[in-house]
Amino acid sequence: MALLEIKDLQVKYGVIPALKGISFEVELGEAVAIIGANGAGKTTTLHAISGIADKCGGQVFFNGEDITKMPAHKIVSRGISQVQEGRGVFPNLSVAENLSLGAYLRNDKAEIAKDYEFVYEVFPRLLERQKQMAGTLSGGEQQMLAIGRSLMARPKLLLLDEPSMGLSPLITENIFKTIKKLNKERQMTILVVEQNAQMALWVSHRTYIMETGNIVYGGASKELKNQDFIRKSYLGQKD
Amino acid sequence: MNRKIQQFVFEHKKVVIPIAALIFLGLPFFVTNSYFLHILIMVCIYICLALSLNLVTGYAGQLVLGHAAFYGIGAYAGALLMLKLHVNFFAALLLSAAITGFFGFLLGMPALRLRGDYLAIVTLGFGEIVRLVFVNWKGLTRGPAGLPGIPSPQIFGFAISGRTEFYYLALILALFTIFFMVKLINSGVGMAMQTVKNDEIAAEAIGIQPRKYKIMAFVISSAFAGMIGCFFASYLSYISPTAFVYNTSMTILTMVVLGGLGSIMGSVLGASILVIVPEMLRFLNDYRMLIFGALMVFMMIFKPEGFWGAGKRRRNIYKINSEVPDHGSNS
Repeated sequence: MALLEIKDLQVKYGVIPALKGISFEVELGEAVAIIGANGAGKTTTLHAISGIADKCGGQVFFNGEDITKMPAHKIVSRGISQVQEGRGVFPNLSVAENLSLGAYLRNDKAEIAKDYEFVYEVFPRLLERQKQMAGTLSGGEQQMLAIGRSLMARPKLLLLDEPSMGLSPLITENIFKTIKKLNKERQMTILVVEQNAQMALWVSHRTYIMETGNIVYGGASKELKNQDFIRKSYLGQKD
Repeated sequence: MNRKIQQFVFEHKKVVIPIAALIFLGLPFFVTNSYFLHILIMVCIYICLALSLNLVTGYAGQLVLGHAAFYGIGAYAGALLMLKLHVNFFAALLLSAAITGFFGFLLGMPALRLRGDYLAIVTLGFGEIVRLVFVNWKGLTRGPAGLPGIPSPQIFGFAISGRTEFYYLALILALFTIFFMVKLINSGVGMAMQTVKNDEIAAEAIGIQPRKYKIMAFVISSAFAGMIGCFFASYLSYISPTAFVYNTSMTILTMVVLGGLGSIMGSVLGASILVIVPEMLRFLNDYRMLIFGALMVFMMIFKPEGFWGAGKRRRNIYKINSEVPDHGSNS
């Protein structure tokens, strides 16, 4: 049984269909990427999983449980944590406060303290800046904070929405290295949505390709990298 | 300059706060003129009003243009409780806070569905409706004639009637409001409220229910406005609908914005300045509000973030003085 299983998921914004019935799954310990152009429905997919967008058809199963109709805060408590597109850190709160809000639904103080250490170990920069307000961090640091905050919820599944957005290539690479490390060394299951196809293919085991609300292709990332149409349309390589 | 003052206050708060408290406690010994005492009492009242609006608008980010309605509901509720049911002042204070809090809950419901400008219009309408009820429900409120003869507070048979005694009572209420707001804002609940302002979707994604905290902000904010409304009724012993008009809402909002949205010290300063300055300008007679308006325009041009802070809690930066980064720097 897959950790996350999505069957024929549909979402509409008003009358405009954003997801036209997509199905895919994510296995425990796996890193899965969804790539596609602007407006393909990548972010909507994540919002539908985490309960922020209303679904109008299909089903979402997490750990065997049907979470299709569950409100967002309950889905978080089941172990799905989403890192927002554009990071969504709280600029008026300090780094430490932002992190503490990540553990908002948890009561186990001792374990939370361990997770602070874990996050500071993964992102030492955050430890240096823990008293600073999140709004004064650089873009890359904010992305680290956003990921760190999601880790504080101790998720079983981490959803990442365009972690490369607005970051320089060097910082993007760093962030993706960390994501890969989380997946490899900490067995974190990851679903990442990304426009940067190269990074997405590098970090993931499997990749799905979305176009205008449909999944048009899916397969092992290693193989996809060598497919001609992928190289042409998504990686920008010429023959 | 302003920043240096803030830093000084922050670094020496153990000295500054007791000194400020002593000054306020000792004021009636130097200020014996009842007109000045009246202004000081109004400062305390407006500090409570500004702080309560600051919670919902400054921290939770919900623009409310009808805060005077809550002030009025509290005043009328308190006055009627004391006049008709002969409730003790302190019980009336709590009850009117509870009643107003309930109305805050009612207004908070549409706030869940509305944002920004639309919410502002709804709250504006709410303020007008409440005022019209005060004017037209003659059986209860005596309409435009107002309610006279509201009794003074009694403690153990001792009546608070002099200006000095009222001043201390107002000071206690203002200090209580300040204390409560500081504690609330730095608590988990306060942080959750601020996340709702910053980024509702991000808040939801980490398991915070924005609805819950919006409603909570509305209820707490209106309850404090209602509480001070009850005090106001007892202090003046007479209330009429003219005290709770749109203009009052605007004045309170101006205090919050001028002081600095999302800053407790800012609201306190904003309220103090906006009560005191128009009084100081009285010698200008008819030109008073003109000059006052011009001052506010200049203020907004040259210091748009308000008197105190940029809506940010600078204390976080001060702790790491050496490392204050440039805004907008990107790696």
